Amino acid sequence: MTPSRTSEPVLTADGTPLKTKLARALLVRRLRALGLTLPLLAFLFAAFIIPVLVFLWQGVHDDTYARYMPYSTPVLKAWDGLSEPTEAMYAALQKDLVQAREDKTIGKVATRVNRELPGGRSLFTSTARKAARLETPYRDAMVDLKPAWGQLETWQALRVAAARYTPAYLAASVDLKYRGDGSLRRQDEKRRIHLTLFWRTIEISALVTIFCLLLGYPVAYLLSNLPQRSTNLLLILVLLPFWTSILVRTTAWIAILQGNGVLNDLFVAFGVIGEDNRFSMVYNRTGTLVAMTHILLPFMILPLYAVMRTIPRVYVQAAHSLGANGWVAFWRVYLPQTLPGIGAGVVLVFILATGYYITPALVGGQDGQMISNLIDFHMRRSLNWPLAAAMGFVLLVLVMFLYWLYDRISGIDRMRLG
Amino acid sequence: MRFPVFFSAAGFCVAATAALADDLTIVSWGGAYTESQKEAYFRPWMAHTGHQILTEVYNGGLAEIKVQVQAGSVTWDLVDVEDADARLGCDEGLLEEVDVALLPPAADGTPAGEDFFEGALRDCAIGTVVWSTAYAYDRNQLETSPATIRDFFDLGTFPGRRGMRKTPKANLEMALVADGVPPDRVYEVMATPEGIDRAFAQLDRIKEHVVWWEVGAQPPQLLADGEVVMSTAYNGRIFDAFAAEGQSLVMVWDAQLIEISYWVIPRGAPNRELALDFVAFASAPENMAVQASRISYAPVRRSAFQSIGSYYRDPELDMGPHMPTWPDNMKTAIWHDGEFWADHLDELNERFNAWLIEG
Repeated sequence: MTPSRTSEPVLTADGTPLKTKLARALLVRRLRALGLTLPLLAFLFAAFIIPVLVFLWQGVHDDTYARYMPYSTPVLKAWDGLSEPTEAMYAALQKDLVQAREDKTIGKVATRVNRELPGGRSLFTSTARKAARLETPYRDAMVDLKPAWGQLETWQALRVAAARYTPAYLAASVDLKYRGDGSLRRQDEKRRIHLTLFWRTIEISALVTIFCLLLGYPVAYLLSNLPQRSTNLLLILVLLPFWTSILVRTTAWIAILQGNGVLNDLFVAFGVIGEDNRFSMVYNRTGTLVAMTHILLPFMILPLYAVMRTIPRVYVQAAHSLGANGWVAFWRVYLPQTLPGIGAGVVLVFILATGYYITPALVGGQDGQMISNLIDFHMRRSLNWPLAAAMGFVLLVLVMFLYWLYDRISGIDRMRLG
Repeated sequence: MRFPVFFSAAGFCVAATAALADDLTIVSWGGAYTESQKEAYFRPWMAHTGHQILTEVYNGGLAEIKVQVQAGSVTWDLVDVEDADARLGCDEGLLEEVDVALLPPAADGTPAGEDFFEGALRDCAIGTVVWSTAYAYDRNQLETSPATIRDFFDLGTFPGRRGMRKTPKANLEMALVADGVPPDRVYEVMATPEGIDRAFAQLDRIKEHVVWWEVGAQPPQLLADGEVVMSTAYNGRIFDAFAAEGQSLVMVWDAQLIEISYWVIPRGAPNRELALDFVAFASAPENMAVQASRISYAPVRRSAFQSIGSYYRDPELDMGPHMPTWPDNMKTAIWHDGEFWADHLDELNERFNAWLIEG
């Protein structure tokens, strides 16, 4: 920057300072550019960002209990979660149960409670059926009906369910149990599953990404160095699986890899292995890795190809003429130029892989669980959307953290799709 | 919590069916099963009433129904769901209530309420068929024939891999019966923590040799490919494999888990009245018998069972013995307890998954 000699600003013909005028012109240009992207931004906002936020919101906000059980909610909130439940609490609950049964909202409440207390659903529905006929003192009557009403745990679970804003789902998604007295505890050992699955998801995704890179790099190199006509043909071969249903591709891998499958038959025919020790290559981790790598390979090859195509051959030739051998020329001249493509491919494949669940479920056997399988279970089967939202949130944070880490290490600015 | 309409539209891409106002949209499982429904109910009902039926394929669960109901734009009129979904859907207020009085009586005048199996008529759901999960084997692959659920867990006498569905349901029940629990006391035992431990301990014995399947088409394929020597499966799938495709599969009915499948109407369905009319039509015993000639899922009405004939492609093949409700098959059957699973599915699913990946 050169320091200006005079403090007078440079003026344009109409007397306004050049700086202002320039800024104004730039602003107009920027606004115009923004205007062009506005439809896309609006679309993203309405169709992606808001729904995602609304959905994630469910992971911490659940007013099912509070809405349909108006008498017991404030009583439960006022309770400390540790002392013996009072008769007033039982009375409030009885009143709510009678009302909820009449309004036919008892099912919703029971489902909510069941998430905090396995078995809570039938406890609620069966007590509600008889609630109108209960007599004071309600405590004795209810404990008589179902001994569970005498247990502190039951009431602590209700206290958790009654809170509109709750960390219970987020806690559950990382194998913690949020309890009625506000404390967090690790989930019962036999039910700890989420952390293992998050780790496994990351691990499998990372392995698939590495395999895709190792396999895809040479292919992309070949594609970018062939005459145009052969390139087109090969590109179609790369894209062909892309246009095939994911289920078909997965099933094809089963046919190839299974015990009596094509590959094992070939091994046996060529005497590589005996008839009785065929490899088990499917319904385990090997199957998952092979099938996922195949399915995601185009996402690695295409960005790599797009970048490699633009690299002039003369650079490597120059390196050679300056005395570099093949390896040095590749490592110091060619590879660095393909980094943007590697960056894009790695990010694409990794992020797509973290969301996979159909393929691992079909070919993964007992190892074939990823976190998305549980999210799918809670979305479709148990309708526990809040827990699904909480798990989705944790996965999002995890992926964003890894993305940030990746950015720090490799520099995302260099990522390019072509 | 109600969502803005766009949430459903964007997040789930609910395809708005361009159905005419009086076309009925029925959602069912597809394949041979939907074919049997078309033959027995859809075509005759269309001919009878002059209305059209559009079919969509269903993949289980309630997510689509929940989204449609919450967004206030329901396009499905009638859905064929599993027990657990009928229950949860009703609890969550996603389904219309149905009036049992609409259903036709049996030929001898027995009212529908008595003619249907227990539990087949509920507040929001009317039973369609009785189906079961049991295990099957390939006759050409085993020298001695297994006959009991114990044999399924006996790797000494019957070495080889087993196929099982990747869910706790059915597996825990069968494991307990194999361990000596009488079929009618299974859920009593499962209600205690010790009972669940006992079931998992039994499953531990074969865990290393199990191939886990996810969708109903897999078990017949696994058996045909020789990947497993025995596999649990939906009974209709096994029947189809040997009756329609001539595979050498045999069903073992011991400790079969019997379930009822249901018609439900999503709350706010555009053609609720038509849907009810259709359900009444499909509940006529003579129509149920037609379905039973095409697939081995049994009618939920006792009176329809009397008139079950032979397989529609082979007059020699009696359908009766291939039905879950055939008296001989029922001797050691377990009736699925929907209440138990509604209470414990989430908990046991977590435990099952944790068990799967440990060690």
